[in-house]
Amino acid sequence: MKTELSPRAQTLAYLTLCVLLIPFVFPTWWMVTSSVKPVSQIFAFPPDIWPRAFDFSSYSDVFKIQPFALQYWNSAYIAAIVTVGTMAVASMAGYAFARIKFPFANAIFMVVLVGLLIPSEVTLVPLFQLFLKWGMINTHWPLILVPIFGAPAVFATFIMRQFFISLPVELEEAARVDGLGRFKIFWTIALPLARPALAAVAIFTFLGSWNLYLEPIVFISSSDKFTLPQALTQFTDAYGGPMWNIQLAAATMTAIPVLIVFIVAQKQFVEGLAHTGLKG
Amino acid sequence: MTIALDTAQARPKRGFWTMARRDAATGYLFIAPQLIGIIIFVLIPLGLVFWYSLHEWNVLAGSFRFTGAANYEKLLSDPAIGEVMSVTAVFSAGLAALNMSMALGLALLLNQKLRFMTVFRTLFFSPVVVSLVAWTIVWSFLLQSNGGINGLLQMIGVEGPNWLRNPTTAMISVIVVQALKNVGLNMILFLAALQGVPRELFEAARVDGVPRFKQFYRITLPMISPTILLASIVTIVGALQVFAQIMILTQGGPGFSTTVLVYYLYQQAFQFYLFGYGSTLSIVLLVIVGALTFIQWQLRRKFVFYEN
Repeated sequence: MKTELSPRAQTLAYLTLCVLLIPFVFPTWWMVTSSVKPVSQIFAFPPDIWPRAFDFSSYSDVFKIQPFALQYWNSAYIAAIVTVGTMAVASMAGYAFARIKFPFANAIFMVVLVGLLIPSEVTLVPLFQLFLKWGMINTHWPLILVPIFGAPAVFATFIMRQFFISLPVELEEAARVDGLGRFKIFWTIALPLARPALAAVAIFTFLGSWNLYLEPIVFISSSDKFTLPQALTQFTDAYGGPMWNIQLAAATMTAIPVLIVFIVAQKQFVEGLAHTGLKG
Repeated sequence: MTIALDTAQARPKRGFWTMARRDAATGYLFIAPQLIGIIIFVLIPLGLVFWYSLHEWNVLAGSFRFTGAANYEKLLSDPAIGEVMSVTAVFSAGLAALNMSMALGLALLLNQKLRFMTVFRTLFFSPVVVSLVAWTIVWSFLLQSNGGINGLLQMIGVEGPNWLRNPTTAMISVIVVQALKNVGLNMILFLAALQGVPRELFEAARVDGVPRFKQFYRITLPMISPTILLASIVTIVGALQVFAQIMILTQGGPGFSTTVLVYYLYQQAFQFYLFGYGSTLSIVLLVIVGALTFIQWQLRRKFVFYEN
């Protein structure tokens, strides 16, 4: 598909790309710049593309209105546990489905795949009831247990399985002849080779947990247990109107760290996600 | 049978734990966390949601009684459901169409042999990694009557509408905001697929004097059709599950004009605490997603061409 374009066509292509880029990049730019504008200026007309004056007070106000540092920690530690947990559960299950012969393996795999077809919203009412019975409403348990063991992990298992199927069997056979046990083979040979697939699983699991919104607002009600997406919408004044500068400062603090990680590890990120899609 | 005995004798005796049995045990051990998780968090809830949908269950009133198909009858006579379903259909179709066409267009552009393409790719992809709620909050800020979008429009002399307060523009707004967020994902998938198309095909076509657009229809599209199918399934099923955007941008309004099925489900179950009716709506969502996935899977046979 790659062709040499004439200089004129090149200019046209660059111009088109730059114009198309605006709606993709402008909102993030607007979020960051508005968060450092004085309140009186965020609705200025004509709009200031670059802040005329800087006012960082909204960044400290974020922490005064809500326990934002704690909410940040909540999101971070939940996402970390979910990511590591999913990698463990999915790599083991994926390996077993791809490599180990055991009775009913295919039938069980079909059962597990059901988790891939069921939208998580369908099971929300019974899950709420279940966690209510277990005394886990308004705790972080539902946000940790369901993603690691429930439907979201199935996609990860599927990716791991596809990867292990494509791995040459010879690598493990030598180890088997040497009398290494299954777990040792998995841990010392197969898993280190599966780094690209694991990275893909880690990326989309982390993003999934970091962005989770419906489940937190259903399961969690006290502000010190809120996760970030839930907390972001709570910066409102006495009349329920959003305090824009503070909301945008909080949104910036939520979005920027992941964005920076993404820019640094861009190649890994994009290829990882493309990998998950193509292998599906 | 004799062969089996032979090999058994040839191996060192391990009693009950033969190689095959140890392997099977390890296999079950490895899949156990996943399987138990699926049973507890997917299969049992799935059974329960069917069961709940046959009950009148008002959590606030404390009532829970078996009513058979009453919730399904309520569903058919629910004055809001018609609009909710058409809103869901318009939203999903609009979002999928916009997302797929933008993603394909961008992928074709980015597949040109030009410099800085990685930078452009990164920038188009960046909304995918901006947290969803942050992205949506910025847009609700931008789309206010005195917000940034109307500010920019006013500079070129156009009076913008109050985007989120008008039924038509509210629907367009939520579709566009959501499409921009996720186009990057499909774009990357299409880009990877485009790069997998053998260049010889185009060279042969060029030698034969086949025009550009014909090359696109005859070569490019058929070659990347498996990716298009996969992306369309994922995009439509994803569109049916949209919730946060609606909650933050419009709360389903004005009126019911942006109340998609999942938002309606959330309202009924977790704002009005009608768990029975909420479960019935869950079943509706399940049936729709199941039917769509099935249809698209069948279409695969008709429209998707594989390399050989």
